[in-house]
Formats: sequence, structure tokens, C-alpha cells
Amino acid sequence: MSANIFFAILVTSLATYSSRFLGVFTSEKIDENSKIYRWFNCLAYSTLAALISRMLIFPSGDLADANYIIRIVVIAISILIYFLSKRNLVYPTVFSAIIMTLINSYLG
Amino acid sequence: MIDQKLFLKGLLAARRIDSPAIALGASFVAVGALLKNLGFTIQESIFSTLLTYALPGSLVMAESMFIGASLLNIFLAVWLVNARLYPMTVSMMPLVMNKNQPRWKYYLSCHFVAVSSWLILKNNYSNIEKENRIDFWIGIGTATWLIAIFSTVLGYFAADHLNKDMMIGLAIVNPIYFTCAMIGVMKEKSVTIAITLGAVLGPVFYFLSPEWSILFGGVIAGTIAFLVGEKNVS
Repeated sequence: MSANIFFAILVTSLATYSSRFLGVFTSEKIDENSKIYRWFNCLAYSTLAALISRMLIFPSGDLADANYIIRIVVIAISILIYFLSKRNLVYPTVFSAIIMTLINSYLG
Repeated sequence: MIDQKLFLKGLLAARRIDSPAIALGASFVAVGALLKNLGFTIQESIFSTLLTYALPGSLVMAESMFIGASLLNIFLAVWLVNARLYPMTVSMMPLVMNKNQPRWKYYLSCHFVAVSSWLILKNNYSNIEKENRIDFWIGIGTATWLIAIFSTVLGYFAADHLNKDMMIGLAIVNPIYFTCAMIGVMKEKSVTIAITLGAVLGPVFYFLSPEWSILFGGVIAGTIAFLVGEKNVS
């Protein structure tokens, strides 16, 4: 294992665990029926939504190589499948990968 | 020490048909393939998912390494993208905490906090008695963690057989799953506002600061949602 990769993994896991650790530490003083708990609950959903939409609109990695119109089309079709399948989460997920791969190989 | 029945129940909760496990698996297949292409060995790839177990963090690490960023830069970039785990942990740990349980369980099992395990817990916790809920959570976490590690290995070995288009296809699975899951949980007014506003403000703040956009956008959106929700309650 090269030192470089080893330290990158270590630093990444430390940066990640620190937020989880701090979360437990804070939780020890928080009651699930309190106002502050409800605030944190809103923050959890909003930061998650911010992350997801950023991943789709300003993607990094492989997704960045897909044209944004193709991305929008796949997102729209997936949401449609989600509602058509009576809010099943498996169909849109599986089909999104297939549709994305197909559109990209024929049109991308 | 650990209530085995509840642990098993948590372990099996990941197996349900609408479980996030499929999306989680597909996403980590992409991570495994990505790490292989970056030059990681199989041991390093397993080690990475084992220790980090947070997909956006792994993506940021891979990208930072690709451009040759320093360790400090990697730390900051990962911390910023994974800081959402802080409010996520605070919004679930009080649900599983009980004064009869040892504290090490919380500090160890918080490593399992990730979107998929968090969603499984939030959807199922109310059916489990509070006293041993932590063991149910440890079961969920163990299952999703193992799926992530197994999928990383799968992706690593599949990398040679996946072409570019397939990699792009795999890369969209994770955000699509979470988009649909987020639409699915929009039942309460404050949660609906938090999600909608967060989804708008995250990318808007990207124009001001790409690194800080998730935190800024998320905190502002969440606070507004909370205030609106409280006003309706009182």
C-alpha cells in the first residue's frame, strides 16, 4: 500500500468520522421532542437535498461527462417512473442507470 | 450485550424490496471501479470503504487525488462535503439512545450514519421498543456497511468490463435514488420546505462558493423550514 494513498484514506475517514462523532456528542444533550432536535432534523434534510441537487446539477467524476440535457431528461424520466410505479424506489433507480447508459452511448 | 433479535431484525431491514440497499450497492460498484482506475489496490479500495463509508466523501477523495491535492486540502474538501453527517447524526441518535445502554455503542455505531442506513432507520424505528433500539440500528448499519464493502470489491473487479457509458449510468444511480427517496419523505410541511429549499439553494450557492455551497445552502434552507414549521405549530 503506497504511503500516499494510505494517508489519503486515513485523512478522508477522519474528516468523515469527525462529523459523526460530533453528532453523537451533541445528541447526548438533546431530547427527541425538543425544538433543537426539530431544527437539526430540518438541517439534515436540507443539507442532504442541497448535496443531491448539487451532485446532479454540478456533478463530479464520471457524471460530469454526461451532457446536462441528458441528465435532466434522465432525472425527469426517473421521477415519472417513481410516480407511475406507485412510489417504488427500485424501478426508477435501476432504470436510471440503464436509460443513462443507453442515451449516452447512442446520443452522447 | 447486544440484543441479537433486534440486531438481526435491523440486519434484515436492509433486505426489504424498497430498501436503499440496491442503490447503495450500485453506487459503491461505481466507487470500486473508480478507485481501480485511480490506481488503488484491492486492499486499499476495501480499506477506503471500510473506514470512510460515505459515498460523496470517497468521490471527493478520488477527485482530489486525481488533481494531486495536498492531504490538508483533501481533509477540508471531504469535511465540507460530509459535514451533513453532523445534523444527520443529531437527527437520529436521540431516537436510539437510552440511559441503560453503554455509550461506546453510540460512538462506534455512528460510523454507520449514511443516507441509506439513516433512511432505513427513520422509516422503521417507531415499531421498535426504545430501550434496545440501538441494537436494531447496529444491525441496519452492519448490513448497509457490508453491502458497501462487498459492492466496492465487485466494482473493483468489474472495472475492466465497464465502459465509459456504463460508468456514467452507475454514477447517476445514487443521486436518482436519493431524489426519489426525498420526494417520498415529503409528508410534513417543515421537511418538505427543507428539502425543496435545500435543493434550490445548494446549487445557487455553488456560484458563490463551490466548496461551501452545501453547508451554506443547507443551513439557510433548514433554518427557514424550521422557523416556518414552528410558526405553524404555535
